[in-house]
Amino acid sequence: MEFLRAQTSIDFLGRRRSAVLISGLLIVISIVSIAVRGLNFGIDFTGGTLVEVAYSEPVAVEDVRAALNSAQIENALVQHFGTASDVMIRLPVTTDDTAQLSSTVVAALRSPFGESLDETRPGQVQQCVVASGVTEDCHVQMRRVEFVGPQVGDELTEQGTLAMLYALLGILIYVAWRFEWRFAVGSVAALIHDVVITVGVFSILQLEFSLAVLAALLAVIGYSLNDTIVVFDRIRENFRKMRKGSAVSIMNASLNQTLRRTILTSVTTLLVVLTLLLVGGEVIRGFAAALFIGVLVGTYSSIFVASPTVLVLGITREDMMTVKKEGEDLEASP
Amino acid sequence: MLALVLAVGALYALPNVFDNDPGVQVRGARGLRIDTAAFERIQGILQDNEATPSSAVLDEQGAKLRFADVEAQLQARDILERELDESYTTALSLLPATPRWLEKINAAPMYLGLDLRGGVHFLMEVDMESAVRRTEESQVGDLKRRMREEKIRYVSVTRRDNGGISVKFRDDEHRRSAEDLIEREIEGIAVRDVEQDGSPFLLVELTEPARTGIAEAALKQNMTALRNRIDELGVAEPVVQRQGDRRIVVQLPGVQDTAEAKRILGRTATLEIMLVDENNNTAAVAGGSVPAGSKLFTSRNRGQILLKNRVIYSGQNMINAAASLDTQTGGPIVSITLDSEGASKNQRVTGENIGNRMAVVYVEVRSDVRRDADGRAVLNADGNIVRDTRRIEEVITAPVIRDQLSARFQIEGLDSVEEARDLALLLRAGALAAPVVIVEERTVGPMLGQQNIDQGRNSVIIGFILVLIFMAFYYRVFGLVANLALAVNLVLIVAILSMLQATLTLPGVAGIVLTVGMAVDANVLIFERIREELQNGNSPQASIHVGYDRALSTIVDANITTLIAAVVLFNFGTGPIKGFAITLSIGIVSSMFTAIMGTRGVINLIYGGKRIDKLAI
Repeated sequence: MEFLRAQTSIDFLGRRRSAVLISGLLIVISIVSIAVRGLNFGIDFTGGTLVEVAYSEPVAVEDVRAALNSAQIENALVQHFGTASDVMIRLPVTTDDTAQLSSTVVAALRSPFGESLDETRPGQVQQCVVASGVTEDCHVQMRRVEFVGPQVGDELTEQGTLAMLYALLGILIYVAWRFEWRFAVGSVAALIHDVVITVGVFSILQLEFSLAVLAALLAVIGYSLNDTIVVFDRIRENFRKMRKGSAVSIMNASLNQTLRRTILTSVTTLLVVLTLLLVGGEVIRGFAAALFIGVLVGTYSSIFVASPTVLVLGITREDMMTVKKEGEDLEASP
Repeated sequence: MLALVLAVGALYALPNVFDNDPGVQVRGARGLRIDTAAFERIQGILQDNEATPSSAVLDEQGAKLRFADVEAQLQARDILERELDESYTTALSLLPATPRWLEKINAAPMYLGLDLRGGVHFLMEVDMESAVRRTEESQVGDLKRRMREEKIRYVSVTRRDNGGISVKFRDDEHRRSAEDLIEREIEGIAVRDVEQDGSPFLLVELTEPARTGIAEAALKQNMTALRNRIDELGVAEPVVQRQGDRRIVVQLPGVQDTAEAKRILGRTATLEIMLVDENNNTAAVAGGSVPAGSKLFTSRNRGQILLKNRVIYSGQNMINAAASLDTQTGGPIVSITLDSEGASKNQRVTGENIGNRMAVVYVEVRSDVRRDADGRAVLNADGNIVRDTRRIEEVITAPVIRDQLSARFQIEGLDSVEEARDLALLLRAGALAAPVVIVEERTVGPMLGQQNIDQGRNSVIIGFILVLIFMAFYYRVFGLVANLALAVNLVLIVAILSMLQATLTLPGVAGIVLTVGMAVDANVLIFERIREELQNGNSPQASIHVGYDRALSTIVDANITTLIAAVVLFNFGTGPIKGFAITLSIGIVSSMFTAIMGTRGVINLIYGGKRIDKLAI
């Protein structure tokens, strides 16, 4: 890690043309994939029913399907996840009383064992009664049930999009107020870049896009911005400090000065996100995956997208001088 | 100051270390409170049956009894269910084994969300259109009657399919007087003149505030009704909360039988209004014979009362019941509004029975699992559980009829404002203003819940250790200081979550993990600055000083923007996502505190006031 101790002098902005090419290509691929392949939306957005059960021993998907069919449950998507005794069942939205559907599913799965749920005991595995009247651990343990009505799904989609827009708008305003409008545009450009590419990866790999993934995207916005702001802060400082030098050289110097910090923080963040991805379990996996991709892309964009955008928009030292007074006031007060 | 924050933080984080005890919680049904007498009675029952709990506490949630093991817990629950009547609900639960002295300072473990503790989450939507429709239908009757009383002649009064009421008149003169009447006497509706096919019409519509009022009342009414029904499920800490203006969130921790929960929540309790059999009441209550056509009922205050076994009208005819103060006497009253069907029945019966009493009976049909002598559930030939249904009836109130009543009347002579409020609540609970449907369900079984807790905990610990190693390796002494700050930060997050009793969800745990990774950023910024200053040839002390000063505004700017994203998340998010936003926000704020103030204090402690040549950074 010693290489990180030396002050680097990489010409980041000189490579902005390659950066534009790479980012542009990634964005185009992402948009094409989103448009053509679409996203694998989870039931949070599509609506529907999801039932996850754990059998006491491995079970064949066909047997599960047969149990469902005998209870007139059609259109079920049955698949294993994790182990051969864990089964996930997905059902599309239907017009009739869908909230009841999940209960019917669990009951149908239990019927081959001749068992029914007895009573709820907090913190214990589910107890079933069987024909002999004995209470024992259920052969089919309900792990998770999710039902989302169609009206709720539509709302979540709408709210999610709005949340994303509000977050970007809030950030645009804050950065414009604390820095300058070119910086605000630069940071928002980087954020859109991050979000589009992360969503693009989800589309290409057809990973499930759930509500948690949407939350992760907002967290990515927060993280990527954090990175960008640190760089901008240094650029602003250097514009005021370095009397000589072109905008390009000042911005390059700033990027190099903050490079170590950018990499270090990305490393620690990626360490924990990777932990989440590997240890956090299936419920949190999509969330962790979105964060992982987002943090990687976010680190790249704070160097290669945000600053070049500001440069292209034509920032000069004079632009920074106009806000000098305000900046100094804020720095003076602890 | 630092030490104080740390001490308080550690103290409030402490309850999370303790495990849970098997417990039984007893609450009063239908909004009743458990008083000290009832609490002593409960303890007495358990003592008599040799099932004394290891500890017993009475708080606003009811009686909490702790037991040594699950065996004793189940036994005590069975005893209590047998001995206590319908006005109590008993529930199995897990009670945190927080020591007494910690409970005294209100320290409690973090409140776990359903995805961690297991349980059912329902989002229910109230059908507001039908609530408005019912009000309009009752207004049709109301309008007709008032116009008749005022001798205003109309051709027809009908409710229009797309909302509003249209009143047809023969001539403009009657229309004008009707308009006067409505504006003078009926609140919450707007009238408009319309000419149609040459006839004068009056278009009557609910005003926007009136609509909001109806929706509000329907929502509250449904929440009360849902709360009452949940009592039957035996849930220790149920949550019934409004979300927006037409939705209700119902959370039932520990519940696994979602079929049962849906059945009970979907059922309606109702009210039946009957006359008191005044002629035979005294004799029958004293133990005499009950005449044909009458029946003895239990009343809410444990007494008995003889009612004529004929329902005059039911809770379905009741539109609203509200507690208020009488404008003339100043005493507490409950004003009741009936729909047109209820009003006409009320008018007829009360006219003939002035001076007699009219009883309001709360009726609910329950079904219980049939059990054999050993307490095991009985199965039928198909292998399904057998259920027995029974009717629960309770006389809520039996006021004397003073006058002929109609659509609007009031119950007077109540002892206190609380009594009026309780009565209004009970009356509303019986009548369901509008149907509710489940639009979202999220259930997590206990296995997955525990698995989520374990995986969440592991993620935090492993992520934390990885960051510790990295920082110590890279920044040496300063890294150790940053690690100390990180550890304190973790304790503070847990303490703040415990104090706020904010719900900790699995995404919330992910938020903590993410904070662990991002929290060192502030220290990285500071330490990198210090290194730069050292490279620029500044003395170690000056470098430390300048490093902290220069990094401050960067840290604040960077964190505020992350906070903006977190706040947006909080406002838009539902349940679990909110949990993520909360822990992320708390993490950002506490990490700023520990990374800036915390580490500076420790660095000063190590290097302060000394002449040093070299920093281990």
